[in-house]
Amino acid sequence: MKTWIFAESENGAPTTATLEMVTKARELGGTVEAVYVGTDVASVATGLGEHGVTKVFGVDPDGVLAGVVGAAAIAGLVGAEAPDLILFAQTYDGRDAIGRLSARLDRTVLTNGMSLSVDGDAVTVGTAVFGGAQLVDTLFEGEKPYLAAIRPKSFVAEPGGAATPEIVAVGAVDSGRAGEAKVLERHVEEREGPKLEEAVVVVSGGRGIGEAANYEPLVEQLANLLSGASGASRAIVDAGWVPYSKQVGQTGKTVKPKLYIALGISGATQHMVGMKGSDNIIAVNKDGEAPIFSVADLGIVGDLTKVVPALIEAIKARG
Amino acid sequence: MNIVVCVKQIPDPAVPGELTSDNRLKRDGAKAILDESDSYGVEMALQLVDKAGSGEVILVSMAPNGEVSGLRQALAMGAARAILISDDALAGADALTTSKVIAKAVERAGGVDLVLAATESSDGYTGTVPAQVAELLGWPSLTFAKHVEIADGKVTIQRQTEAGYDVVAASLPAVVSVTAGVVEPRYPSFKGIMAAKSKPLDQVTAADLGLDSISAGQRITSVAAAPARQAGEKVEDDGTAFERIVTYLEELKVI
Ligand SMILES: Cc1cc2nc3c(=O)[nH]c(=O)nc-3n(C[C@H](O)[C@H](O)[C@H](O)COP(=O)(O)OP(=O)(O)OC[C@H]3O[C@@H](n4cnc5c(N)ncnc54)[C@H](O)[C@@H]3O)c2cc1C
Ligand SMILES: Nc1ncnc2c1ncn2[C@@H]1O[C@H](COP(=O)(O)O)[C@@H](O)[C@H]1O
Repeated sequence: MKTWIFAESENGAPTTATLEMVTKARELGGTVEAVYVGTDVASVATGLGEHGVTKVFGVDPDGVLAGVVGAAAIAGLVGAEAPDLILFAQTYDGRDAIGRLSARLDRTVLTNGMSLSVDGDAVTVGTAVFGGAQLVDTLFEGEKPYLAAIRPKSFVAEPGGAATPEIVAVGAVDSGRAGEAKVLERHVEEREGPKLEEAVVVVSGGRGIGEAANYEPLVEQLANLLSGASGASRAIVDAGWVPYSKQVGQTGKTVKPKLYIALGISGATQHMVGMKGSDNIIAVNKDGEAPIFSVADLGIVGDLTKVVPALIEAIKARG
Repeated sequence: MNIVVCVKQIPDPAVPGELTSDNRLKRDGAKAILDESDSYGVEMALQLVDKAGSGEVILVSMAPNGEVSGLRQALAMGAARAILISDDALAGADALTTSKVIAKAVERAGGVDLVLAATESSDGYTGTVPAQVAELLGWPSLTFAKHVEIADGKVTIQRQTEAGYDVVAASLPAVVSVTAGVVEPRYPSFKGIMAAKSKPLDQVTAADLGLDSISAGQRITSVAAAPARQAGEKVEDDGTAFERIVTYLEELKVI
């Protein structure tokens, strides 16, 4: 079994989602190699090697979207290198890459994977449907390489199989007209505190917070006091109260913190699929029948505009 | 400016979903609706054509049983015409097969400058169709757009990223996938709803588009209920519930 990972990076190191897939691939056995599009392949390769990657194909993006260049590069390599399975993170660039490569190689894709198993030549990907109520296993049929996209937080990243990976520089790739899609500017929004997907505590607000102006004093403040990150339901993202990057759920992020606090969130299946893997869940909702209570370890039936300020004061008073 | 908008007609998400005996999403129950995610593409296309001063908005949809309810909704918003691909042979099609159908339909539409799609459908959410269609057409793909502008034969978008957004541009023709909320979809007017009934609808099969062999390349092997999480303690707030939370936080050692 030879597994390839479409690696992504942040600040010169592999993203957690990348390392989660590397760890899983290592556990499945066989060889784990990576394809990385970026100008800092040497530093990214170090992190990949610490998790068991033995070879990294480095591709120069030349200003083009990473997924577009990555797909073209992989398409050029698979003939000679013959990977059995190629994994992508369910991210913006990962989705561009798997989509384009699928069409290039004429292979099906399985996306939103949350589990992965290998039995001889058979590769099965597990996904959740109907907001996580049901789990579906799907087997690849037909020719290799198989292409799968995995939702971040599906596996746990752990160092191991330490290697100093061989770095292979892939020459210029021709992405055809697709290569016209150039990144002209990058805008980075300021973020305080830990990343949503990596925070130990996540405090999320839903429509029940009442208005946009309540998000900062209630949700963000509580998150800050607990050294956590603030999240949101789609209802308040769609309403424009908070940016999309805060959305938890089926079409947002999956989080698995030690503690998830849901404030004024009803608990639609599409929200719960993104947070019910949390170790502990506290919910505050004035509707005692709200579905969120079915997953809450501690459910407070009450008005959050009263409970949360009192809670914040009590935590502050502890010093 | 001729724009194709991919519109998926899906079972109403407000109605709990079901799988058929062969593990496909049940699509023959209640009537289908226009995927809300695609209403943004329709609105965006109408605005872009309006701004360009000429051209038309053409809908492309692949759906079983000659389904038109969702298409009528989009036509009522103001799209000029629709191509509907409906074919029993396409039941259970994977995202790549769907993309092949859409790419062929774009060629059939003729003279297309731009294809718009949503970033993922609300029922299947594979999330790869826009990139697949672009690759099949050999066009650039500008994905996850939260802002779109067209000028001088070039499309420029703000592409959602983990950290914020990137400005990405390419020349036309191109494929753009738009995120929810990129524009405010209009409500069809009464006049629009009436006009939709007589707008041209070109219904074709896969074979009409020159697609014969359809292979899925994947097979569902098991479906099981997810393990349920147990509900814990529930406290009615009498003004002191915050204290119970404080104790809980102490037990977890997060404070
Ligand atoms: C295809 C699809 C994908 C989706 N993806 C996502 C996703 O990724 N993430 C997501 O979150 N949603 C998603 N949704 C939307 C989801 O179905 C719900 O609409 C959404 O999660 C509801 O958000 P909410 O709980 O904030 O709002 P509501 O459902 O309106 O709930 C608000 C809650 O606040 C409570 N409340 C009101 N006032 C107070 C108060 N003063 N004190 C305490 N409680 C109060 C109410 O009792 C209510 O339970 C998706 C939907 C679809 C169809
Ligand atoms: N059957 C279909 N008919 C028309 N458009 C579709 C169809 N399937 C997918 N699309 C388009 O492609 C987007 C992404 O779909 P998916 O990759 O299936 O999540 C959708 O939001 C639609 O815009």
